[in-house]
Amino acid sequence: MTNRPYFDSAVQNIPALEEIREIKRYKYLIFQLTRRDILARYKRSFLGVAWTMLNPLGMMLVMSFVFSQLFNQVANYPAYVLSGLIAWNFFAQGTNAAMSGIVWGGNLIQRIYVPRTSFAIAAVLTALVNLILSIVPLIVVMLFLHSPITPVIAFLPVPMLFLAMFALGVGLILSTLAVYFPDVSEMYQIILVAWMYLSPVIYPESIIPAKFITAFHLNPMYQLIRLFRLSIYDGRLPTIEEILPSAVISIVVLIIGWIFFTSKSDEFAYRV
Amino acid sequence: MVTESPAAIATQEEIIRLEKVSVQYRVPEERIGTFKEYAIRLLQRKIRYNSFWALHDVDLSIRRGEVFGLIGKNGAGKSTLLKVISRVLRPTRGRSVIYGKVAPLLELGAGFHPELSGKENVFLNGALLGYSRKEMQACFDQIVDFAELWSFIDAPIRTYSSGMYARLGFAVATAHVPDILLVDEILSVGDEEFQKKCDARITEFQQKGSTIVLVSHMMSEVEKMCQRAAWVNKGVIELVGDPTSVIEAYRGL
Repeated sequence: MTNRPYFDSAVQNIPALEEIREIKRYKYLIFQLTRRDILARYKRSFLGVAWTMLNPLGMMLVMSFVFSQLFNQVANYPAYVLSGLIAWNFFAQGTNAAMSGIVWGGNLIQRIYVPRTSFAIAAVLTALVNLILSIVPLIVVMLFLHSPITPVIAFLPVPMLFLAMFALGVGLILSTLAVYFPDVSEMYQIILVAWMYLSPVIYPESIIPAKFITAFHLNPMYQLIRLFRLSIYDGRLPTIEEILPSAVISIVVLIIGWIFFTSKSDEFAYRV
Repeated sequence: MVTESPAAIATQEEIIRLEKVSVQYRVPEERIGTFKEYAIRLLQRKIRYNSFWALHDVDLSIRRGEVFGLIGKNGAGKSTLLKVISRVLRPTRGRSVIYGKVAPLLELGAGFHPELSGKENVFLNGALLGYSRKEMQACFDQIVDFAELWSFIDAPIRTYSSGMYARLGFAVATAHVPDILLVDEILSVGDEEFQKKCDARITEFQQKGSTIVLVSHMMSEVEKMCQRAAWVNKGVIELVGDPTSVIEAYRGL
């Protein structure tokens, strides 16, 4: 037995870095939490995981039926709207699940020690699995519409990674707030609706009036959805100028979220 | 039954050390639920907290292989002390040093998911307790054997009776011989026969050199099982020593 303590409350370097070490130690927990979320969601349904694919397809049909006349300048509108929807759904699902995860986990956090970021990380990973599954119907729709699928699709993991980092950062900030103010969750639902309509999910960018275009570009989800669409819907390799804003915003938001969350997480167990 | 196991005698080193540990709960006088309210009160400087010390300057040293009892009234701070040892609470002041992996036997089956099968829940619960995939695969059969649940292990856990639930929880929590085992209140899990199995397992851990910290209101248990005990009163440790004299002092209050 070594004399190095397993845990020493006096040795607390930087909470944000300590948490990374703990997460490495608990990586099996992250896997199990993700697995649980995916399994539990469909345990009682007949079609099971197929719903992950059917859900965005259904939304796409509705949107196409309603908007395809209005947005007829968009080529292959169903593919356009579907690619936007699955990227948006990933973000909405991941951040919401991160927030409810800490509330659910709060029960546990008061009883046993687990790294507190595990719940948010697992939430985003669950949403990521759903995103990967929803890419299947998107490809089917694109083939059906004779929309070309180019080798650029191999670039898709990059925007997905940025989306995941951004969602985790936002999820961590929201979970911290939700621990102190239960209303945050309700408020966020309204923000999400507004945010979605301010992002080019169902409408083309071209309808934005010129005077708003700069403000529009400041929306991180605009950058992220665009990058996602470029790699699959447009099939064009993005330029460095198109990648950079997404990269910077997702890294910065993740770091801010991580630091904010870990600086408060020791207090969570004190909150009843 | 103050027979010290060979393993315990061989290693009389410290495994838990608390130095002037204080835990302060800060409870707002009224519950503030919304941002708006919070913002208004912050401006008016009207947020008042009732703070109280659940633990105050607690010094405690527990040696490897010891069975250590904590006694005291409800709300004296025994459970808070266990939470500090298990890292759930970081001390507000002071220092806690733990030289081993802690297995909390506090809330059996906390984190079980009703829709998942018994098997899936075993792995999930094991992961929550900090075990790796390999460790869980190695002890899975033994867990189900111990819980006597082979015929139900693939059924969703919502179909389990409360006894089955607790048995599985106990089996997972005690699947590995921990460095430190925390027991809050004497466990009453399942029927009498299973109860005996649980007691036997805790004794087995003790013989294998685990350190056991036990919170109990049953003085006979503490006297029988523990080598030392501490009396916790209003967040302060009043007395540490051999169980008989500590219990006497506690009763004399």
